[in-house]
Amino acid sequence: MKCQECDKQAVFHITELETGEVRELHLCEDHARTYLNQSESAEGDDDEKASGGGLTGPLTVGQTADELALLDKKACPMCGITFFEFRNQGRLGCPHDYVHFEKELEPLIANIHGAAQHTGRKPQRPQADEGSQLSEGSQLPEGTEELTTVIGLRRSMQEAIACEDYEQAREVRDGIRGIEDRWLPDAARDPGSPPAGPPTS
Amino acid sequence: MKLDTLADAVGEWLRGTGPESDIVMSSRVRLARNVAQYPFVSRMSDQDRGEVERFLRERISSSSVGKELDYIDVGRLEEIDRQFLVERQLISREHAEAQGARGVAIDGLEQVSLMINEEDHLRIQCMHSGLDLRGAWEQIRGVDDQIGSAVPYAYHPKWGYLTACPTNVGTGIRVSVMLHLPALVITRQIDKVFRSLHKISLAVRGLYGEGSQAMGDFYQISNQTTLGKSEEELVEQVGDVVPVLIDYERRAREFLVRETQQNVHDQVSRAYGILRTAQTITAEETMQLLSRVRMGVLLGLIGDVKIADINSLLIRTQPAHLQKLRGVELDTKDRNIERARYLRRHFEGGPSGSPN
Ligand SMILES: [Zn+2]
Ligand SMILES: [Zn+2]
Repeated sequence: MKCQECDKQAVFHITELETGEVRELHLCEDHARTYLNQSESAEGDDDEKASGGGLTGPLTVGQTADELALLDKKACPMCGITFFEFRNQGRLGCPHDYVHFEKELEPLIANIHGAAQHTGRKPQRPQADEGSQLSEGSQLPEGTEELTTVIGLRRSMQEAIACEDYEQAREVRDGIRGIEDRWLPDAARDPGSPPAGPPTS
Repeated sequence: MKLDTLADAVGEWLRGTGPESDIVMSSRVRLARNVAQYPFVSRMSDQDRGEVERFLRERISSSSVGKELDYIDVGRLEEIDRQFLVERQLISREHAEAQGARGVAIDGLEQVSLMINEEDHLRIQCMHSGLDLRGAWEQIRGVDDQIGSAVPYAYHPKWGYLTACPTNVGTGIRVSVMLHLPALVITRQIDKVFRSLHKISLAVRGLYGEGSQAMGDFYQISNQTTLGKSEEELVEQVGDVVPVLIDYERRAREFLVRETQQNVHDQVSRAYGILRTAQTITAEETMQLLSRVRMGVLLGLIGDVKIADINSLLIRTQPAHLQKLRGVELDTKDRNIERARYLRRHFEGGPSGSPN
C-alpha cells in the first residue's frame, strides 16, 4: 500500500478513534512522523483534543518502525487477531486481547478515557441451580478470563479434528465442557450430547 | 410482533411527554456487553455468530424481563422493515446494515430494546420521553442485572466490561439526551455551545436522515468516556449539563420573540406554508420545516397545531414509515410526492385532523 501523502510505501497504518468515528491513515515513515508530531503538539495546547483521544499517539512514542513491525505481528492466542489488524480496524478480536495486549492498550485507553481503572458496576455471576455440581466453596472469580480460554480451546479442537487426531479433539472438548459447566451451570446443551462429567485430567 | 401495528404509534422518542419535553425529546441509556466465551463480533465465524444469537435470544427470553419482550429476527427482515426500526431508534443504522445472524428484542412501549450482534454481542438500550435520565438508568440497570445473572458478560477487574472497541470499555455506558434547539441554531450560538460541551468531554451529534446531512435542529448530547467513573457519575455528567442547555435555548427563544418578533414569525409562517402546500418534498426539508413549526407552536406564533401532531409527523414522514403507511414501496421521487400529499392531507384536516 502506498502512503496517502506521497508515493513511498506506507509503513504506518494509523487508526484514529474520535467520538466513535474511525479514521484510517496510511503513511510512509516521514509523513507518519510529521503527522504524529502535529497531533502531539496539537494535544499539548488544545484542550478540545483531550476528549477525542487518538488511538496511536502514545503508542508510537519512542517506537521505531522495526519495533512497530514486530508488535504488529504479535497475535492473540485465543482469537488470533494481530495488533496490526486491530490498529487497522479499531476493533479488538476477543476479551483476551485486553490481557494479551495490555501493555500496548493501556496508554491508548488512558488517553481516550483519562483513566485506567474501572470503578463502576460488577457483573452478577450466573447463579448455579440448586443441586448442581457447583459446590458452595467454588465461587466464580470476578474476571471471566477462564471462560474466555474456551475461544482458544475451540480453535485447537478444530485443528485436532483437521489433523484427524480425534483423541486429542475429545480431550480438548472435555476441557471445554468442564469450563462451561462451571460458568454456565444451566447451559442449554445440544440434545444429543451426553451429560457433562467433571473435566478430565 | 407485527411491525405494521407499530406504525400507528409514534414510539417513545417522539411521544412528546415527560419533563421539559418542549426541548428534551428523549433520554436514553445504552450498555455494551459481550459474552465471555466468544470472539467479538468482527472476529466471529458465521457459526459463532449463529451460536451467540441463539445463546442470547434463549437466555433473554427465559429471563423475567424477556417475557415482556418481542423478538425480531433482523437478519430475515426486508430492508424497508430494518429502516423502519432505525427510524424508530430501536436499532442502529449499523445493525440494520450488518450481515448475518442478528436480532432485537423490544418491549411493547418501545422503551427497552436489546440488539444482538451489533458492534458488541449485546447492546441494551432504554429510552424515555422527555428529560428522565434517572428513570432510564434505573430501568436499564434492572434489565442488565436480570440478563447478567444468566449470561457471563466478559469482565476484567481492571478494565471492567470488555467491549470490541476500547472507546466503550469499562462501564460500556452511553448516556444521551436528544434536544430540540432551533433558537440556538437561529441565533448562531449552537457552535459555541458545542465547543464548551467538548471541553467537558461530552459529544454532540446531529440527527441524520437518508443522507449524511444533519436534519432539523435536533442534537444528541452524550458522554465520551466510559472508564474510571461509575455509571451514576456518568449519568450525572450528562444530566447536569441539560438544565444549562435548556436555559440557553429558552433564553434564545425569548430573545427571538422580543427582538425579532416579525422575523421569527415570518420564518415559522413560511415553514408552515410550505408544509401545507408543497407538491414534492424531501425528508430532510420536511424535518427542517417541522422543526421550525414546532418552535413556532411553542412560542405561540402558530395557534392551530398541536405539538403531538408535529412529533407524529416527524416520524411518519420518514421514508420507511411513509411507505408502510401507504402500503407500497416507493422510490425517492415518488416518496417526495407522497410525503407532500401526506402533509397537505394532514394540515387540511384542521386543528385536530387525523392524517388517516
Ligand atoms: Zn509519505
Ligand atoms: Zn483475542
